[in-house]
Amino acid sequence: MNLSLLILLPLLTALLILVSKQLAQIRVIGLVGSLAQLAAAGWLLKLYMAQRAAGNAATHLFESNTVWFKALNINYHIGIDGISLAMILLTSLIVVAGILVSWTMEKLSKEYFFLLVLLSMGAYGFFISLDLFTLFFFLEVAVIPKFLLIGIWGSGKKENSAMKLALMLMAGSALVFVGLMGIYYNTHTFDMVEIGKMGISLGVQKFFFPFVFLGFGIFAALFPFHTWVPDGHASAPTAASMFLAGISMKLGGYGCLRMAALMPDAAHSYSWIIILLATIAIIYGAFATMMQTDLKYINAYSSISHCGFVILGIGMLNKTSINGAVIQMVSHGLMTALFFAAIGMIYSRTHTRMVAQLGGLLKAMPFISTVFVIAGLCSLGLPGFSGFVAEMTVFMGSWQNPAGVYRIATVISAASIVVTAVYILRATGKTIMGPISDEHALLGDATWNEKLAAGLLIVGILIIGLAPFLINQLIMPTTDFLMINIDKTLTLK
Amino acid sequence: MSSTIFILLRQELLLSLLIFLLLFIKIGKERSNESILNIINVLLFINLAAGLFGSSEGGAFNGMFTTNAFIVLEKNILNLAMLLISMQSYAWLKSHKQLAEFYLLLFTSLLGMFFMISSGNLLMFYLGLEMSTIPLAAAANFDLAKRKSSEAAMKLIISSAFSSGILLMGISFLYGTSGTLSFDILTAHISNNPMQLFGFLLLVSGFAFKISAVPFHLWTADVYEGSPVAVTAFLSVVSKAAVLFTFTSILYKVFTPIATVWYGVLVVLSVATILIGNLFALRQDNFKRFLAFSSIAQVGFILIGISGSSQTGSASLVYFVLIYVFSNLAAFGVVSVVSALTGKENISDFKGFYKTNPFLSWVLTIALFSLAGVPPTAGFFGKLFLMMAGAAKENYGLITFAALNMVISFYYYLKVVKAVFMDENEQPIQKLSIPVITKFAMYICIAGIIITGLASMVYDYIYSLSIGM
Repeated sequence: MNLSLLILLPLLTALLILVSKQLAQIRVIGLVGSLAQLAAAGWLLKLYMAQRAAGNAATHLFESNTVWFKALNINYHIGIDGISLAMILLTSLIVVAGILVSWTMEKLSKEYFFLLVLLSMGAYGFFISLDLFTLFFFLEVAVIPKFLLIGIWGSGKKENSAMKLALMLMAGSALVFVGLMGIYYNTHTFDMVEIGKMGISLGVQKFFFPFVFLGFGIFAALFPFHTWVPDGHASAPTAASMFLAGISMKLGGYGCLRMAALMPDAAHSYSWIIILLATIAIIYGAFATMMQTDLKYINAYSSISHCGFVILGIGMLNKTSINGAVIQMVSHGLMTALFFAAIGMIYSRTHTRMVAQLGGLLKAMPFISTVFVIAGLCSLGLPGFSGFVAEMTVFMGSWQNPAGVYRIATVISAASIVVTAVYILRATGKTIMGPISDEHALLGDATWNEKLAAGLLIVGILIIGLAPFLINQLIMPTTDFLMINIDKTLTLK
Repeated sequence: MSSTIFILLRQELLLSLLIFLLLFIKIGKERSNESILNIINVLLFINLAAGLFGSSEGGAFNGMFTTNAFIVLEKNILNLAMLLISMQSYAWLKSHKQLAEFYLLLFTSLLGMFFMISSGNLLMFYLGLEMSTIPLAAAANFDLAKRKSSEAAMKLIISSAFSSGILLMGISFLYGTSGTLSFDILTAHISNNPMQLFGFLLLVSGFAFKISAVPFHLWTADVYEGSPVAVTAFLSVVSKAAVLFTFTSILYKVFTPIATVWYGVLVVLSVATILIGNLFALRQDNFKRFLAFSSIAQVGFILIGISGSSQTGSASLVYFVLIYVFSNLAAFGVVSVVSALTGKENISDFKGFYKTNPFLSWVLTIALFSLAGVPPTAGFFGKLFLMMAGAAKENYGLITFAALNMVISFYYYLKVVKAVFMDENEQPIQKLSIPVITKFAMYICIAGIIITGLASMVYDYIYSLSIGM
């Protein structure tokens, strides 16, 4: 399959949305377009597994390499491995869910759907890129739609949040850019596969790794650059929150992982800093969540904590932990998207997100409440849901690192689950149980589009939670390969 | 011999022909402004199209005038910018009494720039520069009823006279130490001789005045604010581009023996220019002042690109200028229409603009994104390639500085976007009817912003021509 299809489908959808006139038309085009993306991603998975089963052991499948800027040795080099495919599947699921929950959006709906689709295009392009310049291009493509989505359709102090988010992410990409320049002028190529083969000298790695890792880290809410997350997520409209937490934060995690694999020596020597920051993010995020009274802020702060696990897994640099980090990315993407979808549904009916003003929603809207509980339980890591599988894998991987500091970090991070349980149970309990206020008692339950969106995401969560071997089958061979690279350079030293 | 001169100078001759035609139109029978404007735009289009065909290499007048494919391309870019500015000023010029004179001045200035870009001799360069500056000062005064316009003209003429003085002094130092003004001979005489270094610094200061690099930028904001939008656009795009083209070719051609010196000078200039341009742009409310300071910051980025190796440096410069023509003129086009039809020129007036004028809002937004360097617009590629060219010197401190300053510039561009899309306004600018020709110019700009970046052949073409610069 030609991977460019993953970029062309959203592009075509976006253009069709631009030329369409009526609201109904726009919605249908958006939905059909996103379903086509989902179908393409599913088809890609089938082909990928078939190829792997047939014994194709190449690192990247469906590769294609076209010269883009010849004079500067910039190529449009694309290809996927298990990890990028997992991210693509995640993206396509969230896009469908996001379009479905925005079904009733009426304010400037054409622009809204256009920007959502554009954002997804940036994400797909990012995940399939094997050329650093192309990767960087798509990373930035995904920033501007976020700014406009939050600033125009958001709530609360939306302009400030949008500006904060855009500027911090831009600062992140500025750092990434400097790092890329360093890599480029030392290897004379942007091609990740080629760079991986030839390796980067130790001095260059040590100098430029902090740039790229911090740069992508800002996207992944790395402490102390996480401050855009709560405001951005809380102010964004529902679908944009889902995209932000579910897709864009994953751009950062994925970028960090790739950079660690590209510069393994530097990753090893800086790993204690990465782990330290990740542990702080996990604990700090969890405790900060306890203090929140707004449902969206609760989920946003808990995202900081959960994304800390991703960084922790990458920082530990062993096979199990990296596996865990990837599963955590997918799991967190699905789970927060579900959480934000549920919050959006509640908000659109009750017009409040404050925990104190809600209560007993289970009586009025059983479906939405159930979704809310499922998202919560997944977030606190209940076995059977994806969160458990992901966090367990990360912890098991972390524990394999025998050094004392790493052990302490692992124990502290694992302890954060207790805090998570406290805030999740408190929030869900107060929101859906107890007496319901009179005005809320008459509100209706989820509509077909909301049910469908939630259902899709829940299926994803359950598949990972109940049959973790499926996702492991997909990503394990790739992490194996990454580890060969990472360990090889270690033995060389 | 004579026929080759016609071919070599064909762009200049065509422009001179246009100037004469304009004179005939002026003294001929009374015509409506609309018909004159249509004639002029058609002529400008022919002028642009004619420049695209065939290119020749060679010199004339004993090496005073040189040309090659790259220089022809640079002139074509300026022709394109002139055409776009003319199309976008339609609404303003339609009711202007001295329309023909306005074009006369701009064309003369453009002709001067052509000679300046093609100059192979410091004397020729100076003549071209003066020929391009003096008409502009008169044109800056063309909002006849506005006091600020006269003030702008006065400031422009005084500051350019001052900078010309510095430039001439630099030239005379160089002449005194080498005994020649011709580029080809001069370069053999350039060394680290203090007298020559001083002359070089004066020359660079003169250039820095014209491209408004910090600390020689003080005239820019006032002149931009006071001048009519069309002249501001011309000053910030065409005039700046022409001087930059000349500056780079002189740097690469003549001053290669002291490349380390000018690298240091460029680094200092670019750091100061980017920082000051950015910091001042943050607080502007007048749209023209805002664009003035943002264009100062852009020049800083250009200087980084120039500081790299000569081939990638000049390629990325011309590429960026082409993109800058599209992006900046799209932004000026919107400001020009709004200013001509409502008289409003402040960013705060643009609050809620999207509700009433979605088309203009999108044009403005895309243009600003391109200026900020956001993909998929061409500005992203333009700025990145400039920085890549500069990074070839492996001065990562400079690149980090520039990259972080892109974030600052991002803030003020986004502030405008925020005003247009997000801010509430009880009395937004009413729905404007845009002249067809202006709308067409905007479509060209938007197409340029999107295609120039993504289609790599544009850069590859420029790069292939820049070999041997």
